[in-house]
Amino acid sequence: MPRIAYAFPDEVLEHVFSFIHSDQDRNAISLVCKSWYEIERWCRRSIFVGNCYAVSPVMVVKRFPKLRSISLKGKPHFADFNLVPEDWGGYACPWIEAMASAYPWLEEIRLKRMVLTDESLELISKSFKNFQVLVLSSCEGFSTDGLAAIAANCRNLRELDLRESEVEDLSGHWLSQFPDSFTSLVSLNISCLGSEVSTCALERLLAGCPNLQSLRLNRAVPLEKLVNLLGRSPNLVELGTGAYTSEMQPDVFSDLSRAFVGCKQLKSLSGFWDAMPYYLPAVYPISSRLTSLNLSYATTESPYLVKLVSECRNLQRLWVMDYIEDSGLEALAVSCKDLRELRVFPSDPFGLEPNVALTERGLVSVSEGCPELQSVLYFCRQMSNAALVTIARNRPNMTRFRLCIIEPRKPDYLTLQPLDAGFGAIVEHCKNLRRLSLSGLLTDRVFEYIGSYGKKLEMLSVAFAGDSDLGLHYVLSGCDNLRKLEVRDCPFGDKALLANAAKLETMRSLWMSSCNVSFGACKLLGQKMPRLNVEVIIDERGPPDSMPESCLVEKLYIYRTVAGPRMDMPGFVWRYTGP
Amino acid sequence: MESPTISIGELNLQDTELRLGLPGSDEPEKRCNVGSKRKCSPEEESTGNRSDAKSDHNQSDNNGPPAKAQVVGWPPVRSFRRNSVQQKKEEEGGRYVKVSMAGAAYLRKIDLKVYKSYPQVLKALENMFKCTFGEYSEREGYNGSEYVPTYEDKEGDWMLVGDVPWDMFTCSCKRLRIIKASEAKGLGCL
Repeated sequence: MPRIAYAFPDEVLEHVFSFIHSDQDRNAISLVCKSWYEIERWCRRSIFVGNCYAVSPVMVVKRFPKLRSISLKGKPHFADFNLVPEDWGGYACPWIEAMASAYPWLEEIRLKRMVLTDESLELISKSFKNFQVLVLSSCEGFSTDGLAAIAANCRNLRELDLRESEVEDLSGHWLSQFPDSFTSLVSLNISCLGSEVSTCALERLLAGCPNLQSLRLNRAVPLEKLVNLLGRSPNLVELGTGAYTSEMQPDVFSDLSRAFVGCKQLKSLSGFWDAMPYYLPAVYPISSRLTSLNLSYATTESPYLVKLVSECRNLQRLWVMDYIEDSGLEALAVSCKDLRELRVFPSDPFGLEPNVALTERGLVSVSEGCPELQSVLYFCRQMSNAALVTIARNRPNMTRFRLCIIEPRKPDYLTLQPLDAGFGAIVEHCKNLRRLSLSGLLTDRVFEYIGSYGKKLEMLSVAFAGDSDLGLHYVLSGCDNLRKLEVRDCPFGDKALLANAAKLETMRSLWMSSCNVSFGACKLLGQKMPRLNVEVIIDERGPPDSMPESCLVEKLYIYRTVAGPRMDMPGFVWRYTGP
Repeated sequence: MESPTISIGELNLQDTELRLGLPGSDEPEKRCNVGSKRKCSPEEESTGNRSDAKSDHNQSDNNGPPAKAQVVGWPPVRSFRRNSVQQKKEEEGGRYVKVSMAGAAYLRKIDLKVYKSYPQVLKALENMFKCTFGEYSEREGYNGSEYVPTYEDKEGDWMLVGDVPWDMFTCSCKRLRIIKASEAKGLGCL
């Protein structure tokens, strides 16, 4: 075997490797032998770091000297729901600085849940001569000044995507910083920006960029302006409208309709803030082209939503508010046989009583009628084991199933039993299930099912569930492919955690908040497992050093790392550092 | 490097008893007196879990069913989405009513909340439907106009716009209809 490996000159191997793109395959190649490791690391062009603290920028730069593209994720997922305190971390700055000096030819940066400053944006804009793609997903810490630097300096920018980031809006004029000679834009997503952007600047930008395929505007762009913008970007494949509301004017309606038709490649629509029923039919002429529709900001009543959705026979992805109701989902199940992904969001998440007629029946209908359905996110107020069993039997091809029953610990509304059997059926029948979120009344039994059947499960989210440590133990000991586990308000404690310490090194991360884990157990875990960072928050106001061992930990974040303890922990985060 | 392990036998199997009661209700308490302000009120009984959405059994309150405490980060809706919905709710509270007109192909809608008085809404209707109403008087209704504004009130009766005080009108008006003066003969004093 060794003789064969040495028979190929490096250049040949490198050429072969250039056809391998997936991260897992590249990682596997690098483990074959030392020379393959060396060859591979010099020709790796793109890396994905799922936890920015699992490795340090210095290590990355040292191992992969020729990167062109990097993706980083920072804060834990529960940061989306305000469970991670301010100043926790996830700073992009050290990464940007390291890359600015090491990779003058870097082309792409994708960040998710990270903190990024205007200084870093400016550094990006000036350090990388051929910079092309900037995607900032759920990031924060920067303002439109930073965006102005990107616009002004990145001559070859193709993609600027700010999806759901929190941007300090200092002015809409940053868009004007794109020079007149700028032509390379392919994708622009500014949907998260609060204030107005200059429509003139937008029009000028669009006129100069004939290759624009994806444009997502912000709410502040009025409907009348949309017509002009669409006229200037006939090659759009994806469009996010601004506010989809205006005085009812027949000429605006017909102009809008004509503009949609004029974009012959248009397949995906989103935006639709405050969508007025009057203007929804403007979409009908192109409805059969649409494969993706995001109506999750459209606060329109059911009948109008249903009509639109029923026209879109080729829909693969639908995001919608629960205004669609069970009847709307039944219509969806009849019309959209190619549906792959459904997300239903709550219009009144904090209301105590249901405000719409959306129950488990809607989801059951879709599971019956849509044979390609694989991915579900569903908020509702009641569920039954029977419904879940039906859904599981209908859709064994389900890969992502996230159910949120709005009231915590709510039992099966028909039998008043826990929903263990229902979710058990999901994991049993859906053998390729990769992601699962639980809700409702659940005992340890559901975790026994998950541990037994969830062999392909990679991410599990749990809230207000379980009876004891056994629940956590079942999951950690049974789910062979588990990478991320996030738990809140469950009676899981020290025993299960310590019994499965070794498992934690095979996962990306574990988050536990408001559970029953003691400070002492965390200390022990940190002491025994040096390749884990066991980060503890007891009280967000100060360090936990002097706390007794029996004290319960408020928030616990454990992740594997080769970079040791992180240097940027705020005062209220504790990590074991020595005997 | 050996990792600490506790064998399954050492796990307290009592914990596995299935009950229909609230999870963890028999767990021994381990509280530390940090003196910190928790996210849930200190009077909340322990059910083994710290933050308990069902605080009903704790609010020894007055009248009506106790309000459920809002739990941080639940339901799991992202801030961006939550803020968008919130904004919409604040903007809402409009009093949209349908307006029909004899001979018009489709109905219109106006938001009564936007107007402060009868003259304002009448002017708006005149613009919207390109018509004019005459001078209103209590005795004679709309004198000398081709069209007359009427509305259906909560009891289902068709009334002349302008007879009742403005606030009462905005509360009781279910929808508006602009009719020809010739049709209005049945409305009494016209």
